[in-house]
Amino acid sequence: MPGRLASIALAVVLLSMVVPARATTIRITMENLVISPAEMSAKVGDTIEWINKDVFAHTATSDNGDFDVNLPPKKSATFVLKKAGAIDYYCRYHPNMKATLKVAP
Amino acid sequence: MLIRWSAAAAAAILLSSPVLLQSASAADKPTDPQIAHIAYTAGVIDINAAKQAQKKAKSKDVKAFAEDMLRDHEAVNKQALALVKKLNVTPEDNDTSKALSKQASDKLVELDKLDGAAFDKAYVANEVAYHKAVNGALETQLIPSANNAELKSLLQTGLKIFQGHQQHAEHVAAELK
Repeated sequence: MPGRLASIALAVVLLSMVVPARATTIRITMENLVISPAEMSAKVGDTIEWINKDVFAHTATSDNGDFDVNLPPKKSATFVLKKAGAIDYYCRYHPNMKATLKVAP
Repeated sequence: MLIRWSAAAAAAILLSSPVLLQSASAADKPTDPQIAHIAYTAGVIDINAAKQAQKKAKSKDVKAFAEDMLRDHEAVNKQALALVKKLNVTPEDNDTSKALSKQASDKLVELDKLDGAAFDKAYVANEVAYHKAVNGALETQLIPSANNAELKSLLQTGLKIFQGHQQHAEHVAAELK
């Protein structure tokens, strides 16, 4: 009986290794007018969560028009990646704040 | 020698603003309560200029710029008020603040006489000069004179954001030509 339990446990463990990695949430911080990390790898289906730690309002606005996320002071917001590619984005209010997402299919 | 050089550099940078030039050459290092007052006053001035521009500006870019100024300067001043409260410091009025306010109210009157594209141009040109002067004063006078670490840090954040404003103003000014 203990043997069967062990094999079930083993199967569960192995199964989780076979199933492809799930979509995750990637956190990116905006603090003191800097986006960090400035370059981040992700996959289609992942959620990007931008956390604005500044007292200033920011945005995460992509050059290609895919997203334009508002980030009020001390708030965070999310966007789910739908397309692969390298996406440059910036803050509309503070265009010196720039970063890139490398989105794998 | 070093002090003399930095005073000369400060004078050169502040040349565009008679008020800030006077205060720099006065040689007296401003105290933290005075620095807080100057920084806050400088913010209020740009907020008032932005409010005037919201009413009078014609160009979409100029209106958007004024909105950005309002948003950022109000945020900095809110932070400044929270800081002086936390530090239990009472901002202290001083000659630099007074002269800045006087110069700014004269400018508001001057700009109020203009309309349309003429207003847009004059407002943005003044924003370029004003941010240049304030950034120069922050860099050479206010930040180095600040004793409290949190005040210094807030001024440094201010400088960073106002340098962005100066670039933005210069960009809008170039577009208007």
